Amino acid sequence: METLINNLIASGLFGAKPSFDVVAAIVEFVAGAVVFLVVAMPFAGVVTWLERRVWARIQSRVGPNRVGPQGFLQWLADGLKNICKEDLIPAEADAPLFKLAPYLVMLAFILPWSVMPFSSSLILADLNVGVLFFTSVTALTVVGVLMAGWASNDKWSLIGGIRSAAQIVSYEIPAGLSIFPVVLMTGTLSMQGIIQAQGWAPQHWFVFANPFTFIAANVLFVSALAEGNRTPFDLPEAESELVAGFATEYSGMRYTFFFMAEWGNLFLIGALMTTLFLGGWRFPHVSDNVVVMNILELITFNVKVLAVVFVSMWIRGTLPRVRIDQLMTLCWKYLVPISFADMIGTAVWVAIWPDGNAFMGYLMFAGGLAVLAVFVRRVVYYVRRSRMELYFRPGI
Amino acid sequence: MYLHFGVPLALTVFGVLLIAAMFGLQKLLSPNNPYQRKLTPYECGEPPTGRAWINFNVRFYLIALIFVVFEVEVAFIYPIAAVYLNWVRSGQRLYALAEILIFLLILFVGLIYVWVKHDLEWVKKVPE
Repeated sequence: METLINNLIASGLFGAKPSFDVVAAIVEFVAGAVVFLVVAMPFAGVVTWLERRVWARIQSRVGPNRVGPQGFLQWLADGLKNICKEDLIPAEADAPLFKLAPYLVMLAFILPWSVMPFSSSLILADLNVGVLFFTSVTALTVVGVLMAGWASNDKWSLIGGIRSAAQIVSYEIPAGLSIFPVVLMTGTLSMQGIIQAQGWAPQHWFVFANPFTFIAANVLFVSALAEGNRTPFDLPEAESELVAGFATEYSGMRYTFFFMAEWGNLFLIGALMTTLFLGGWRFPHVSDNVVVMNILELITFNVKVLAVVFVSMWIRGTLPRVRIDQLMTLCWKYLVPISFADMIGTAVWVAIWPDGNAFMGYLMFAGGLAVLAVFVRRVVYYVRRSRMELYFRPGI
Repeated sequence: MYLHFGVPLALTVFGVLLIAAMFGLQKLLSPNNPYQRKLTPYECGEPPTGRAWINFNVRFYLIALIFVVFEVEVAFIYPIAAVYLNWVRSGQRLYALAEILIFLLILFVGLIYVWVKHDLEWVKKVPE
């Protein structure tokens, strides 16, 4: 980024003798705005349409298919409808907090994009505390959600808000602890540093590095789903018991911001998983052209993120919701001790093999393929046995 | 390095401006016709009984307290985890391992204490 700013100053675009700080501020502001407007907002919109289509397929329905080709523009129609809705603030609500809550929830969604490693060059700021920054700013959600639930002065909102706060703070612990195996193995907290410590081939990804990181990856995924209020952990907005949870009293744009942040968080979950465990943007060195390599890396990163996002949609379409006592039991009695054991195991592993064990990578990868094969075989078996009538026509 | 930390600040300013602009746009486009019955809290169509700012289940406070203890400890593990590999590479692997194990043990004793006291159960059984 320094070279970019120096080039811009040399080009004379900002007058004869601009201050370095002013130019840096302008460049950072524009770059952040471009990343957010071009990547984050459209993704949060498109993923609502994509998710409704995927669920519809899982539940043998068609889903939204009227607005635009295949219903692709449904999210724009929803956004336009919401911006034309009346903005209501309940008479007894705590108005300043009620208005502040969407800002906090949206900031928790906007800020992680500053450390999002799209490719080897495309990253806004490669902070040396990248992972810590990522987890700490996404935790800002809990303040916004609790504020929204409390300020509405509505019983549904209050229950939704405190449930959400309890759930997010509980699952923060296993999520935080299951990041440590990767940090222990790389010795860095920077997102690019962690990705560069992995290879492009699956046996060099951290998810297959040793048995402990494999468990850590699964724990992190479950905790991330719970932190994002996703099914099977969507108690805060359980529509069959709590109307709309903490968002009951919200309408119009305020409501839209809450749900834009929630769906946008899917990308953040996928990006965190991809960066820490699935090899990030690593791609085999096929060209010496920097631009070509960056485009290939960008595609690799996004494909991996979308794969993780698809799995979370799949989980949402198939699993029922858990009860709140089951939720807390799962977190404190299973995930927290497991992630503790994981961390100790990784520490011992790193003390024995500081440079990793190459044989274990191949073994774990082979094991992963075997599990996948068994899974596919079982699915095929049950589909045959139930004599389901499958219509595989994506074009409806 | 301060250049890098400017990016989150720039994104914050941009985000606040963007959200405020969207709210301004909504003010221009949307109708505004509030009246007293519309502004009552939603309680399934019935007139609301009492206020919602009540004492809620004490379990939530306990969860928050346990969380604070653990989260602070997790925050303290980050520096150790980041320098652990360097320690191992420089030949002090047993020392480093003992250090990290003692640290985690203290944290784990806390979890066991809470567990034994039955504070992890959502419905706590009161001893007779």
